[in-house]
Amino acid sequence: MSPAAPSLTSPLLAARLVITRDLMLAFRRREQLLHPLAFFVLVTAMFPLSVSAERSVLRTLAPGVLWVAALLAALLALDFLFRDDAQDGTLEQYALSGQSLTWLLLGKTGAHWLLTGVPLSVMAPLMGYTLGVPASASVGIMLTVALGSLALSFIGSIGAALTLGARRGGVLLAILILPLAAPILIFGSRATELAIRGEVYVAPMELLGAIVVLSFTLAPLAAAAAVRISLE
Amino acid sequence: MSGSILRAENLHLWRAERHVLKGVELTVRGGELLQLTGANGAGKTTLLRALCGLNHLEEGRVFWNERDVREDREGFHAALVYLGHEPPLKPDLSGAENLRFWSGMRRRLTATTIHEALRQTGAGEFATRPVRTLSAGQRRRVALAGLLLAAVPLWLLDEPTTNLDSSGQELIATLLDAHLCAGGVAIAAVHHRLAVEPARVRELNLSA
Repeated sequence: MSPAAPSLTSPLLAARLVITRDLMLAFRRREQLLHPLAFFVLVTAMFPLSVSAERSVLRTLAPGVLWVAALLAALLALDFLFRDDAQDGTLEQYALSGQSLTWLLLGKTGAHWLLTGVPLSVMAPLMGYTLGVPASASVGIMLTVALGSLALSFIGSIGAALTLGARRGGVLLAILILPLAAPILIFGSRATELAIRGEVYVAPMELLGAIVVLSFTLAPLAAAAAVRISLE
Repeated sequence: MSGSILRAENLHLWRAERHVLKGVELTVRGGELLQLTGANGAGKTTLLRALCGLNHLEEGRVFWNERDVREDREGFHAALVYLGHEPPLKPDLSGAENLRFWSGMRRRLTATTIHEALRQTGAGEFATRPVRTLSAGQRRRVALAGLLLAAVPLWLLDEPTTNLDSSGQELIATLLDAHLCAGGVAIAAVHHRLAVEPARVRELNLSA
């Protein structure tokens, strides 16, 4: 009756399909990719204009500026994480696909990080340079922002799933997630500060790594439960 | 597939203060189509969504092959396809790409099998165009190809003939006939009765 082959899709392959699909969609419609990045560049570019053009002042402010701007840019992108898929019925089909929803959402969140966290972490050292940060700190800044945004994507996926039912979810999402993001901000900006000063930044990086592991293990489960509730 | 049976016992569901499903009972065996009829708001969509677990039942149980579906939710979902009002397609992807991801969740598919299914539902010609450029009826034909590719014993269809022209209506009947002949189970919420062999069709009126 049907032309389909009998072999079933494994959970890992299903998660990979989700990632491929989301990357493909993002490159077809690039604003989702470019908006958070443009926001990040503009916010960091505002500081030399408003605070002081003095290099030593800017360099002291740089870790905080980079991190708050990156956090807000990532938050902006989080609002899109599940919204389109919820509207066109894709999330419903994910929930009914016979695959574990947790795995599929893990794939979605991973794709989201590839599309926002990775570009942000590449852009962060460049923007740091405009704030007077030495080029020697580039690798450190890139690594901290990459790890921090990964943790934020996972923690944020819970918020994005919980606010699916809300009509104006964006602000609510920020209110829910920003307090939870405080540890990421603290350790992230600390590591960046140490990297700028040319000191060893391993300790705060390890703590960031611990947050990533914790959020990686728990967030997809919570997000899956929240998505199921939103489908009612 | 032939021994498949879906049974629901005493289903109750409230929407806010409204008691939508009031003790619904149903049994559908392999080779049978159950048509859900009733006025707008009678609860046809709600019942379909409750059967597949999207809507939470206050009371009652659903059995697939005499096994409570809550015992093995993913196994039950792997045996069904639910097609709602709107085909779950991404406007920026082509029909074939949409199916590669949507049906690919369930089975490993090759480009050939996908195009074969699209051809069967009359969507072969526009399979490579972005879905956003397709008409509502063409989108539905793409979604129907997804139904074929899933190759599952249980179909839950909400208004399957919406937006389809007369040849599309015949297509639905043909697909359903083939599915039922192969021992599949189908439940469809309908406003106009489907032109399926009458001996295989039963009806549940939710307004009654």
